[in-house]
Amino acid sequence: MEYIIETHDISKVYDDFTAVNSINLKVPKNSVYGVLGPNGAGKTTLISMLCTILHPTSGTATVNGYDVMKNSKEVRQSIGVVFQSRALDDILTGREHLEMHAALYGVPMDLRKKRIEEVLDLIALGDKADEYTKTYSGGMKRRLEIGRGLIHHPKILFLDEPTLGLDPQTRENIWEYIQELNKTEDITVLMSTHYMEEADKLCDEIAIINHGEIITADSPKNLKRDLKADVITIKVDDPEKFIKKAEKLDFIKNIMVTDSEIKMMVEQGENLVATVVNFANNNDIMVKSIELEHPNLEDVFINLTGKRIVEEG
Amino acid sequence: MAEWEGIYTIWFREAKRYVRYRSRIVSSVVTPLLWLLIFGTGLGSAIRFSGMTGAYQAFIYPGIIGQTILFTAIFSGVSVIMDRQYGFLKEIMVAPVSRPSIVFGKALGIATASIIQGVILLLLSFVVGVQMTPFIFIASFLLMIPISVGLAGVGLLIATFTDSMEGFNLIMSFIVLPMFLLSGALFPVTGLPTFLQFAVYLDPLTYGVDALRQVIIGHGALPLYLSTSVVVGFAILTVILSAILFSKKEQNLM
Repeated sequence: MEYIIETHDISKVYDDFTAVNSINLKVPKNSVYGVLGPNGAGKTTLISMLCTILHPTSGTATVNGYDVMKNSKEVRQSIGVVFQSRALDDILTGREHLEMHAALYGVPMDLRKKRIEEVLDLIALGDKADEYTKTYSGGMKRRLEIGRGLIHHPKILFLDEPTLGLDPQTRENIWEYIQELNKTEDITVLMSTHYMEEADKLCDEIAIINHGEIITADSPKNLKRDLKADVITIKVDDPEKFIKKAEKLDFIKNIMVTDSEIKMMVEQGENLVATVVNFANNNDIMVKSIELEHPNLEDVFINLTGKRIVEEG
Repeated sequence: MAEWEGIYTIWFREAKRYVRYRSRIVSSVVTPLLWLLIFGTGLGSAIRFSGMTGAYQAFIYPGIIGQTILFTAIFSGVSVIMDRQYGFLKEIMVAPVSRPSIVFGKALGIATASIIQGVILLLLSFVVGVQMTPFIFIASFLLMIPISVGLAGVGLLIATFTDSMEGFNLIMSFIVLPMFLLSGALFPVTGLPTFLQFAVYLDPLTYGVDALRQVIIGHGALPLYLSTSVVVGFAILTVILSAILFSKKEQNLM
């Protein structure tokens, strides 16, 4: 496989704090790669080093074949970046932001107009393109920033928490947009996020990062499969009796009680739902409801770190 | 070639911002007029200044032009701090443009704003009864270029050392006001007590105001070639210095 970003033991150490600890990342070309982790895990620091605005304390990284320290200018020409914090000037119009960006990235004069029209089309700003960005909604600002990052046809687009602080509707739109982009353009997307759902939905591959270290990296599907943990949630009329009996069943790897619900960790739960119901009936326990859940990335994260990723509302 | 384009782009944005903040333009024209009309007339009536009516107003007119350039340049330079707070600086810093080009573009953009401000005041010379000839106009305009660039450099230097707008009052009290008051904008710099004389000649704005005064009303404490050289030298120095610091402190600017 061809990797467009590779890091070798890249680290960033502040006085008494290691933000990124010896990370080795391999991002396949034309993939959507997710860096998933809680706030403060080192995602932004990692991205800042890859887009050359932060120097690593040790280790190396190549982006599009260029070393981030030695060939920072070439790296900058190869990438588009959408920062976590807004980077717009509220007294310039959307179109002016695009013009300015095209000029700064040396897009040839004769191509500029066409590229700007293309991007405006893509990000669907409509009439707002010629209004000051201070009148834009959060979603429009985000789309403008993403569009801006594309004007110079970068090989890699960095998105640092692209949907942070956006409402669910806008978030969905941005997701669709990123998926579309990855399909139609020759582009690799590296995004950081702490939304499990986002990583699950968009990314071909993800690296889970915590305390500045990569805990694991694989496709979301494999990560969930490796967890081997479907959850069967059951409500019965006599939980105590059920647990006592069920503990002897060997396909149940773990059993927990929360409120009135009983949660059982099993493998390939779809084949076991009927078995569990029959088992309860045979023991004269009445089943009120039963539910099967496949694990999500949140479960993967909890399993690996023993903690939840704190979701913000 | 690409670097020129970068400088131009950054200059262009700065100029656009200046033109769009209309309230700023209005207030920066009104403020000097208040100085000239109220302070100039008031103090001018109380003191005997060359024995002519309106002489004091004419005397401070070049000084007030210097003051306007000073305020505009420093405040615009400090706007880099706001760019940083609003994150826009990152967008510029991550572009494939060299750090010195960013500084040059900024300095030129800020200087443009200050010069526009100065030109507006030149056009208002009739208010204080100073005669404006094409020669005076062009000579003053040319002088304003290095004065503005130098002060823009000061603003940018301050911005590289300050990370929030909270330090703004300190900048006002310890840099902007002393620079203005010591520049001889409001009083002649000859015949002062030694300590004040010394401080006056340490202030780079003194040379700018003196050169402008020489050109506009024909009175200068220093020879024009000397004051002009100091002004040009100071402009080159501050811009190069801020370009170096900007490149060096790049990591802390984000």
